[in-house]
Amino acid sequence: MTSFSTMSLYALTVKQPSATQDAITGDFMGNQKQQILTANGTRLSIFEVSRRQKGFQEIYSQDVFGIIRRIAKFRLAGGNKDLIVITTDSGRLVTYEYENDPQQFKTVHYETFGKSGIRRVVPGEYLAVDPKGRAIMIASTEKNKLVYILTRSGQTDIAISSPLEAHKPQTLVYCLIGLDVGYDNPMFAALELDYSAAEADPSGEAVGELQKELVYYELDLGLNHIVRKWSEPVDRTAHTLFRVPGGQNSPSGVLCCGEDNITYHRIFNTKSQMHRLAIPRREGATEDPNRKRIIVTGTLYTLKGGDFFYLLQTDDGDVFKLTVAHDNNGTVEKIKIKYFDTLPIANSICILRAGFVYLACESGDRTVYELESLGEETDDPVFESTQFPVDPLAAYAPPFFKPRDLSNLTAVETLPSLNPIMGMEVANPALEDAPQIYTINGTGGRSTFGTTRNALEVLDLIESPLPANAIGVWTTKMNVEDTEDQIIVLSMNTSTFILKIGEDVEQAQAHGFFEESSTLGVQQFGEDCIIQIHPRGIRHIRGLEFPPESAQGNDPKTMNWDAPPHRTIVACAANNRQVAIALSSGQILYFECDSDGSLAMAEDDDITLDSTINSIAIPEVPEGSVRANFMAVGCSDQTVRIYNLAPDVEGNILRSISVQGLSSPPSDLTINYMRDKSPRGYSQFLHIGLRSGVYIRSVLDEMTGEIGDTRRRFLGPDAITFARVTAAGEPAVVAMTSRPWLAYTHPRTAALQLTPLNYIPFKSAWNFDGSAFKGIICVNANELRIFTFNDLLDNTTYEPIPLKYTPRKFVSYSDQGVFYVIESEHNTIGADIRQTLIDQAEPEKEAPPEENRDTDGDETMTNGHTNGLAHGDELDPRTFGYPKAQGQWASCIQIVDPITEKKVIQTLELKDNKSAVSIALAYFESRGENDMYLCVGVAKDLQFTPYQYTAASIQLYRVSLDGRQLEFMHETEVSEPPLALLPFKGKLIAGIGADLALYDCGMRSLLRKAMQTNAVSTRIVGLKTQGSRIIVSDQAQSVTYVVHKDQVHPNRLIPFADDTIARHTTCTEMLDYETTVGGDKFGNIWIVRCPTKVSEASDESPDGLNLTQDKAYLAGAPNRLDSVAHYFTNDIPTSLQRTNLISGGERVIFWSGIQGTLGALIPFQSRRQHKMFQQLESQLRNDDKPLSGRDHLAYRSYYVPVKSVIDGDLVERFLVLNRDKREGIVGQLQGNWTSEMVDEAIWNMRGLYAF
Amino acid sequence: MADKLRAQQQLEALQARFIGIGSADTTKHEWTSNMQRDSLSSFIGHPPILQYMSIGLGQPREKTRVQLLERMIQPVGPPPKVSGLFDVFCGSFANDVVAR
Repeated sequence: MTSFSTMSLYALTVKQPSATQDAITGDFMGNQKQQILTANGTRLSIFEVSRRQKGFQEIYSQDVFGIIRRIAKFRLAGGNKDLIVITTDSGRLVTYEYENDPQQFKTVHYETFGKSGIRRVVPGEYLAVDPKGRAIMIASTEKNKLVYILTRSGQTDIAISSPLEAHKPQTLVYCLIGLDVGYDNPMFAALELDYSAAEADPSGEAVGELQKELVYYELDLGLNHIVRKWSEPVDRTAHTLFRVPGGQNSPSGVLCCGEDNITYHRIFNTKSQMHRLAIPRREGATEDPNRKRIIVTGTLYTLKGGDFFYLLQTDDGDVFKLTVAHDNNGTVEKIKIKYFDTLPIANSICILRAGFVYLACESGDRTVYELESLGEETDDPVFESTQFPVDPLAAYAPPFFKPRDLSNLTAVETLPSLNPIMGMEVANPALEDAPQIYTINGTGGRSTFGTTRNALEVLDLIESPLPANAIGVWTTKMNVEDTEDQIIVLSMNTSTFILKIGEDVEQAQAHGFFEESSTLGVQQFGEDCIIQIHPRGIRHIRGLEFPPESAQGNDPKTMNWDAPPHRTIVACAANNRQVAIALSSGQILYFECDSDGSLAMAEDDDITLDSTINSIAIPEVPEGSVRANFMAVGCSDQTVRIYNLAPDVEGNILRSISVQGLSSPPSDLTINYMRDKSPRGYSQFLHIGLRSGVYIRSVLDEMTGEIGDTRRRFLGPDAITFARVTAAGEPAVVAMTSRPWLAYTHPRTAALQLTPLNYIPFKSAWNFDGSAFKGIICVNANELRIFTFNDLLDNTTYEPIPLKYTPRKFVSYSDQGVFYVIESEHNTIGADIRQTLIDQAEPEKEAPPEENRDTDGDETMTNGHTNGLAHGDELDPRTFGYPKAQGQWASCIQIVDPITEKKVIQTLELKDNKSAVSIALAYFESRGENDMYLCVGVAKDLQFTPYQYTAASIQLYRVSLDGRQLEFMHETEVSEPPLALLPFKGKLIAGIGADLALYDCGMRSLLRKAMQTNAVSTRIVGLKTQGSRIIVSDQAQSVTYVVHKDQVHPNRLIPFADDTIARHTTCTEMLDYETTVGGDKFGNIWIVRCPTKVSEASDESPDGLNLTQDKAYLAGAPNRLDSVAHYFTNDIPTSLQRTNLISGGERVIFWSGIQGTLGALIPFQSRRQHKMFQQLESQLRNDDKPLSGRDHLAYRSYYVPVKSVIDGDLVERFLVLNRDKREGIVGQLQGNWTSEMVDEAIWNMRGLYAF
Repeated sequence: MADKLRAQQQLEALQARFIGIGSADTTKHEWTSNMQRDSLSSFIGHPPILQYMSIGLGQPREKTRVQLLERMIQPVGPPPKVSGLFDVFCGSFANDVVAR
């Protein structure tokens, strides 16, 4: 018998992680251009930066379903493109070739070398490639190193050898690179530390004497073995290496970077051949002149002539240019360093030959810069290695520089990225159709408060007022050969305006249009005619022309067709050769274009319907035909009828072909051709908009006129109207209801999408094809606007508001539409001390310049350099970061209004080295329900590893009625930092260390009402509640269910159930009274449920006596929770919420991850569908094996076996598989599924619940 | 007897190949050091965890990575003074004291 789980979820990634693990440049496409390969989370993407398209473009991206650790490229002699090698947690070395047609990563090698998972001794942490592509070396953090030799066999094949081992036990590796030795035997350099001496020394002295070594490994290609060729001790703090180009006339060797130290080492060098530089430090009032910098990342760039330089970034974000002066024999004379620019701290810097610099930032938006110059012109000081002793411990004068704004680089484009998301809430305080996603992102000065919406970003081009309210807008060409629109027709309620598009847009004269009535439609007709359809008839204008630079027309010849008496035209449809009009009597008349371009009515053939006609649609004339074949008519009897316009076998036209019943009267129709995934590449689509706001899209068969493959979606409460437009070069349809939507083809997947626009609602729109720009013209009351689309790839928009420090937690006051954010910055000087330092520096400016660096005792108070900063202002923290100081905190509370003012309203700095650790918005029963209070948990002098603090408290602020002001009330000392606060039954419940305490508000402090000591075993980090139940999450021990008993005095808080697995909880959310979903620090999402009996028993007695009598089970609570679901996401969840994402959608579990992921867990509604997805998932596991070589099931079960969750990201791979493979997979599914049905089911999972 | 020898050899081979296999003579210090080193290298190896820690510490990831690597050298303090069963106890006790 099969047993079913009570819950089954479909895990979908809504927004891919944007934290970059590694980024490299290379020619992966083989087109002699450079691309950027990035690894974000589990995704591998190729980007291109081109000057022509003025921007950054993703070419291809694929999920490898494995944790990507390192990426590298290699090219064997004679190859024409770079191949990719990655190390993941799969225990396999996998290399790929990117293929352009069809787009895919083709696996070249697939070498298993060790266990899966990220382990201490399984290689993969380091990856180095010989610059000539002859060998790959991989290493683990400790002991193991493997070398693979690559050889070319035949013309195209690249063979890989079995691995050679270069293990050394009890040795840690800090860095590994491939050396440039030209065509000598490949060499690798590693920074190693052998700790075996310390392991055997009980006195503990040996640890201090351990030496770090720079070790060269040579791969002897002739003997086919690897030797540890040479080693030399280096600076103990060294941690990273950079390759120095070798070969003819080049020095070869390595740059070895450590704390305040960059040293050049020649291969097998002697002491005299070393050159050392100290890392320049910042000047400034707030800077500690004794703080040493390290290099966090850097890149080597080789110029055409063989010259080269490095860009190295320090932990402040300052980028330095390092050059190596050498003679023609390759002997290095000195190395020089010069300040280049200050950039956000990055993981990787990629310099492209086209003159761009791509910066994969550690936090915040990834940015592309353009190289203006190579830093030769700026007058920053240059420091040379001759100034510094080779021994880093010897005395030397530290170099200083003054940071300044960008001068060698200019930012060109930013790639919005949510990374890192510190907290998320889905809410709708703006009262829009769909809820918005509010997130707190980023770190340091680059922190933001973001609003994410599911909408397409549009670019506003023109906004101009109109003399009166317009109800309709059209643009038209004047001649069939025109490539651009010449005229704009605006319909008011009782008149029509004609505007001529030229240098300016001005009102046209003598144009022949009928102006005394509103207009229903305008169409360029035949060769050189225009028809205007108005309620009383059709005006046919022939040969309208404007002289250049003039809006004075040539008074063209016009002809009128008048509607029959007592009837008006209610709807019309037209294309270049056909016109159909519907009369108020329910009659449809059909015209075609005569040979001379005039209107010819189809005699005898007309349609008379019993119900009123709401709309008609005729598609454009297909290329090569004389007419479109079908016409769709929407009637108020809730039907859409299809008629033929091409004569059928009997020569008849206007015969009814098919009828489609609807749920509501149609308000508008349109038919167009859109690109899709059909074998032909495009299909004819019928779009139906209903008065109820439902949008229906069907395929209208071009030959038979049959309607099929129908999709429905509710767009908004108003009746829908359409406009056929061109978006990003592809045909699309704008659907207008309470807000505008766009139905378009996704540029990459060729799937049809429907996304709202991030724009004001408008009533009428038309395509605009001007000489200067292409876009969409629309009217809204008395405003005319033209806008266009940037790109259709991203279906979300992101609006950031800058914050001051790293945001930690936030809470919303949705009634007032404001958010309260607590922010704190570790190892940073607080705002008050910063200001004092700057103010101190001010007067000294005028004083004679004295060197007071050595006299001042307190280091953080020192301001050695008096010529600090202008106007006593600090450097802009958004670009330069905050001044650092060990053990100090800068922290603040900010009120953010993302809806009306879109900015921070108030900032409250915390003083005395305090940092905010938790926040809650509560009302206190004892103080009346109208007063809201903001409770902020605060810790003083907080330190981690070991966890220390000198004081902790809860601060209370009274919130003003409009939520925009905070007034400090009082501060209550508590024993440990309160990491979790929660409003609870008109009081405040707080997690104070491991204790759970209930507080009421008093006049001078909070008053403790109940307390449960050691409610959990480590530290309470989160609280959630429903009724009397509190879910307490522990830092390391999952969740504990606690019940509050208020019938006894003192109140009791009784833990009654906890979990069986030690989960390092980060966030939780109650799904229902018994069930909790949570995320942990290792990247899992899990659901636990309290057994019904236990749950009932907990609420039985009013005093909880039965619960206190229960015996603790295995040193925990008396009962255990059941595990319901478990899923590994790789990204660490920071927030979870049970919410609906789209209007009218079902609720889902929505989560955000620290790396910038937004994901949804969608519950299955039907057993049949669940079964299909289950089968599909297991089929795909076998037929579309993950690219990383990781077993998909094992990957999703990284820590705990995956349970009751189907991986939607894997299932969606089905959509991009080729037809044969899809049919093969569908054929093995049980239950009569076709490929199209599966397709639809997959799209519906995304479309109906998420986006 | 031969079986026992073979088992012994196999165990030794495994011990040489993998770190932390352990034996009957594994001391508390060895065992906890191993645990800590495994954890630390796991923190370094999992990009989200490294990022999570770096944000908490307010420093670049490279700095956190180097700090964690440095901690791998001697994660739980120096080894106990003298070898022998009795001293193992004393050693671990001393460690506890140091830890406090």
